[in-house]
Amino acid sequence: MSGLPWFIGKRILQAIVTLFILITLLFFMFRILPGDPTTMFVDAALPVEAREAVLAQFGLDKPLHEQYWLYMKNFIQGDFGMSFTSREPVMDVIGHYILPTVFLMGSTILLAVIVAIVLGALTAWYRGTKFEAIVVSIALFFRSAPIFWIGMVALALLSHRLNLFPIGGMYDPGKDTSSFFGTYFNLEFIHHLLLPSIVGAAYYVANPMLVMRSSMIEIMEDDFIELSRAKGLKERHVIFRHAVRNSLLPVVTEIALLVGFAIGGQVLLEVVFNWPGIGRLIVDSIQRNDYPVAQATFFLMGVIVIFLNLVSDILYGYLDPRVSYK
Amino acid sequence: MEGNRLVKLLLKDKLGLIGVALMIFFIALAVFAPLIITHDPQTQNYSSDGKLLNMAPPSSEHILGTTKMGRDVFSQVVAGTRVALVVGFTCALMVTVIGTVIALLAGYFGGWVDDFLMRATDIIYGIPFLPFVMIMVAVLGPSIWNIIIAIVLIMWRTTTRVIRSEVLSIKQRTFIQAAKLNGASSLRIVFRHVAPNVIPLALVFGSLAMGQAIVTEASISFLGYGDPMLISWGKILYDAYIAHAITEAWWWVIPPGLAITLLVMSGFFVSRSLEEILNPRLRR
Repeated sequence: MSGLPWFIGKRILQAIVTLFILITLLFFMFRILPGDPTTMFVDAALPVEAREAVLAQFGLDKPLHEQYWLYMKNFIQGDFGMSFTSREPVMDVIGHYILPTVFLMGSTILLAVIVAIVLGALTAWYRGTKFEAIVVSIALFFRSAPIFWIGMVALALLSHRLNLFPIGGMYDPGKDTSSFFGTYFNLEFIHHLLLPSIVGAAYYVANPMLVMRSSMIEIMEDDFIELSRAKGLKERHVIFRHAVRNSLLPVVTEIALLVGFAIGGQVLLEVVFNWPGIGRLIVDSIQRNDYPVAQATFFLMGVIVIFLNLVSDILYGYLDPRVSYK
Repeated sequence: MEGNRLVKLLLKDKLGLIGVALMIFFIALAVFAPLIITHDPQTQNYSSDGKLLNMAPPSSEHILGTTKMGRDVFSQVVAGTRVALVVGFTCALMVTVIGTVIALLAGYFGGWVDDFLMRATDIIYGIPFLPFVMIMVAVLGPSIWNIIIAIVLIMWRTTTRVIRSEVLSIKQRTFIQAAKLNGASSLRIVFRHVAPNVIPLALVFGSLAMGQAIVTEASISFLGYGDPMLISWGKILYDAYIAHAITEAWWWVIPPGLAITLLVMSGFFVSRSLEEILNPRLRR
């Protein structure tokens, strides 16, 4: 059997297997912790009866293999327990933090991709010139620099010194955040979103830009580009109408990989910019020994990465007819 | 390609030369650190009238100023070079060896061996890197070796994927067929005939791995999980961040960050230059 549906089916199956193994890994990671594992899952401050109730709920009084199945069942049902610090269900806690991350990550990636496509195309077109050398060097500089350091310097320079941007957070203190539109769709939010997005984008732009550049260089050697030029079309027209369009394919796959890769950078970005997202949540929860929240957040990030790897694989197979599905 | 020729071509390339020069600079800094530092990096310094030098700006005595605790920034940054290089080189070496061996076995033997190893690689690709290292270090305790182990556990995946496809194509070449006909054992073919041909490509990814490992260690230290016994560049930045130094003491924030950037960039340069040597089509 072969063909696209078979290929997609197989990849989805693999993703599910990966997910199961990720849960298993989490199960063991949080149980090899030194000391009594129950203290990791049950708040030490709870009274004895409440403590026993929680132990029973998570089956921590049962043998390890039974614990494992219960753990699996709870995870699949989306029951990650209660947060030690806020005493809310973990899912509710994550619910508060997910949207800010989606907005920040979305705008970062969008900005990075647009800039990458434009600069990738231009550096390919003007290859061998000073312009290309400068753009590639700057992109590599930002790709090499630690994202949190760029964030710190940007805050010092642009926020503290020049007062162009807020010094972090999602809105000014005292903001009413009860309504969704009031929180996310106003100038104040965008103003806060801008600097972390620019810093994040500066970090991510190099990879898709270099992919775009190589792809453009390959396309530009094709006969049809020569032909368009020979027809007397304007240079700009040739670049954007013909070369760029045909070079976008590998960039699309790169984007999905980029988002998976961006999760780590997101953690640092959110810490430096005091952004209330899941990246900062995982750091805070580990620091406060809030293990239920930490492992659920880690699991969620794993789900995002696995899903995007899947998307990137399928897109790659779907968009590039040279790939054979086996 | 022979090692000697590879090095020669690398030094001929402008990017490669800058990368190698930067790397040698940092290695020299690390080796001669005890001779270069002007103060003990952990000692608190006081001015002549007995006051703690709290974030004192650069002067002839402290060429990169002092930290909030009155420690000499220049000496801390120089001392941090050692940690960065140990992390960078150890991780790069381990990642390259582990990644290449897995790729050789998977690519050469094919069948269920390949299936099993590649599915394992896919699984590792599903793990969010930085959060994983953070949790591992929180679990195992913040020591530099735990950080290195956690980094290596994830990072071999890239090398394996790339080297495996290279092994698949080398496997088809005539000299491998000839070795087979001569009756060489499989393991001998893999490690004596296939392996030397993938080493240059492994180096491309090894130099990238060096940079990535250094940034990851810095990030972990910045998040507060660094080895408390060591002065690393990430830890210096963490201290500066905690002390809100970004607005007052640029001399405390700029040097360690710049050092990380330059060292990581040198890895990029060497890697890109090696890649162009191996694949001349990428040349301008």
